[in-house]
Amino acid sequence: MNSMRYSILIALLFILVACLFAGSLLIGPAAIGLNASIAALFHGEGEMVTLVMREVRLPRAILGALVGGALGLSGAALQGLLRNPLAEPGLIGTSSAAALGAVITIQTGLSAAFALALPLAALAGALISVGLILLLAGPRGTILTLILAGIGLSALATAFTSLVLNLSPNPFAASEIMFWMMGSLADRSMLHVQLALPFMVLGAAIMARAGGGLKALTLGEDAATSMGVNVTRLRILLVVATASLVGAATAVAGAIGFVGLIVPHLLRRAVGANPTRLLWASALGGAAVILAADIAVRIIAPDRDLKLGVLTALVGAPFFLNLILRTRRETA
Amino acid sequence: MNALLALENISIFRGPCPVVSGVTLQVGAGEFVGLLGPNGAGKTTLMRGVLGLVPASGRNSLMEHTPEARARMAAFLPQEREIAWPMPAQDVVALGRMAHPQASARKNRQAIENAIERMGLGALRERAATQLSGGEKARVLIARALAQEAPLLIADEPTAGLDPAAQIAVMDVFRAHAGEGGAVLASLHDLGLAARHCTRLVLLLKGQIVANGTPQEVLTEENLARVFHLRAHVEWHASGVIFQPLSVIDA
Amino acid sequence: MLGFVRRSKRIIAGLALVAGLALPAAADQPQRVVSINLCTDLLAMQLAAPGQLVSVSNLAADPHSSVMAEEAAAYRANYGLAEEVFLLKPDLVLAGEYTARATTSLLERLGVPVVKFAPATSLDDIPAHLERMGAALGREAEAQAMIEAFNADRAALAPTGDELRPLAAMYYANGYSTGLNTLSGKVLDAAGFRNVAAEAGLLRGGNLPLEVLIMAAPDMVIRGNRYPGQSRSEDILDHPALARLGASPAAPILADRDWICGTPRILEVVSRLTEARSALEKIR
Repeated sequence: MNSMRYSILIALLFILVACLFAGSLLIGPAAIGLNASIAALFHGEGEMVTLVMREVRLPRAILGALVGGALGLSGAALQGLLRNPLAEPGLIGTSSAAALGAVITIQTGLSAAFALALPLAALAGALISVGLILLLAGPRGTILTLILAGIGLSALATAFTSLVLNLSPNPFAASEIMFWMMGSLADRSMLHVQLALPFMVLGAAIMARAGGGLKALTLGEDAATSMGVNVTRLRILLVVATASLVGAATAVAGAIGFVGLIVPHLLRRAVGANPTRLLWASALGGAAVILAADIAVRIIAPDRDLKLGVLTALVGAPFFLNLILRTRRETA
Repeated sequence: MNALLALENISIFRGPCPVVSGVTLQVGAGEFVGLLGPNGAGKTTLMRGVLGLVPASGRNSLMEHTPEARARMAAFLPQEREIAWPMPAQDVVALGRMAHPQASARKNRQAIENAIERMGLGALRERAATQLSGGEKARVLIARALAQEAPLLIADEPTAGLDPAAQIAVMDVFRAHAGEGGAVLASLHDLGLAARHCTRLVLLLKGQIVANGTPQEVLTEENLARVFHLRAHVEWHASGVIFQPLSVIDA
Repeated sequence: MLGFVRRSKRIIAGLALVAGLALPAAADQPQRVVSINLCTDLLAMQLAAPGQLVSVSNLAADPHSSVMAEEAAAYRANYGLAEEVFLLKPDLVLAGEYTARATTSLLERLGVPVVKFAPATSLDDIPAHLERMGAALGREAEAQAMIEAFNADRAALAPTGDELRPLAAMYYANGYSTGLNTLSGKVLDAAGFRNVAAEAGLLRGGNLPLEVLIMAAPDMVIRGNRYPGQSRSEDILDHPALARLGASPAAPILADRDWICGTPRILEVVSRLTEARSALEKIR
């Protein structure tokens, strides 16, 4: 795998993301022509069109790219860290735990008093769940223990989320269980971009610093340590970065599953299975997947707020089952 | 003798139980030291302790350096030939260069090519390492350790699971590495192979060194009976030793 | 139509399929009436004779949902569960047409007469509901008086026809809005407003995408009230784009409770909206 091919791959993925980002900006229930959209977005021509482009569609497209990037990146990081192709924030309960953290701050009114409490609590939820997974399944959990621990944690976090929402005095809260389980980008604003962005930048920056050590882990922790990699530090940094990314994404968009599974799986061969390179390819791939899914939900059911997780699970679950079959064949 | 590794009174505990106790050992340039002992004697633990992978008490010359510097002094081949992802073989070999973050691209390429050539991996370099046979995987991982260009090579049962030709090939590579001014410390179960290829043997029993010397000094009838409960046929020739275990002595 | 059937000892449980029988005489006034639906609560509280109404739903006493929360406090609250309602020994249960179906069908099987009211979807439904409620409670005369008062008030508020008919939108949690075939839609229309949701093709209630709302550039956005506790659904009411959209000083804050049910009190909403429209027209 040479650097040239990797650069080309990154460039292609970047172009794909850029196209989908533009598509996300141009598609919406209000029929606005291409020229009018562009004029409004860049030059602020047309008061109402500008409002739609800059305050409704732009934040949605930005969040789509950010949330997808965060999920792809954290999926690749978790897989590299656990050396397990089935590790994924949704499957191992990280997203559900982040959603629980977010729901608790919303329902206690903490997020209304202090806006950053929302992503911070989601981050804390994600952190606790990754910590529990590492405790339950061990640093290199077998596929079975990892998935079982993940099912247990997800079920617990989802149950608590439902409980909190059902006990809420707010009549809308109970109907939001679906959002927290399946995720959506509908009606998000620049406020949500401002909430999520700092944590995602932090997560990505940590990944950029620590990600290099990830490829050494391919040979196991002892070999990696003997090559000068500080595995303990690497593990802590990656867990914090993952929690930061998943927490921020979940706080603003709910739990969207399978992105962190499908994307690294699809791109692994293309990056020569190098876990460090897979991080950045998956970040772009994840952004493309969420942007595409968000365009699809607006086309399939324009007036229904179809949840993003519905689409990602429809595509992702068969992948997951296929991966299980393949791992069974390999270990048999 | 230029010691690449000097251990003094090394002890390692797992909980309250000593797994290695009071090991004093030196490995000098040019030596290929075979670490022998029954299962559970503490061979793996001793090697991991030497590399700082488990905490150990006593003096260890490697531990006087930072982990980064240590990586340029000693390379490690764990017993499990783990390769988690289907990386091309040459990329696995290149991982050894992570110990040299400051080295130039040219220097890195040279080290990788040398390792690939020495291990005869030219034809396999583009193949996914996970799809190689056990012997091929072992060669790729040894090449990775060689690419690390550390004088001391520590290998945990490098010949386990390999066919006879592959075992001999591995021993030859280690011998050559020692011959070029490096040193090898390898745990081995095949006493015949150890006797024939190692320059020195260390016999470990219950975490303690019970014998340390040339193969001829170490593989005595008395030591074999005491450590392995074995009777063996041993012939010392000018061309090398022929060693064949014959029967188990009942305790 | 379903008529009121007085509970009779001769009607045994399980044979209560007696809907459609003739309306009873006023002399047969039911004595223990239980209402399990917010809108029937409100109508019944306004029409029932003292002591006739035994219990109203718990929502009736909730100030967020009910315009008669204080009055409702005088009645025993029920949670609309069949067992609880049955133990109150009602001789008439008032229920919504589409809500709590399991409860009403079980009560009917137990021989309890149930009268169901469909939700009002227009101002014209209100006199009809009053008339039915009056008949069910045996309070026809009171109902008739209330109908006449309602019709008179309504006529006084009727638009003159020379309004500018500014454009308004109702916007609630989750981007919910209502079109013309709803009570709130009809109220908006009666107050002389055009309705963004109706013009966007929404007949009943449904999701009005924020960008469609913005592109319509309404003169006034009527936002729903906030409920206690927090929810993601209500986030949209804080959306910066909505804040910058036609923040008319005249826009009244209308709580959901104000126009959730078709009772004569809805005319207060018509009147407040009419004032808001006049204020808007003055600004122009």
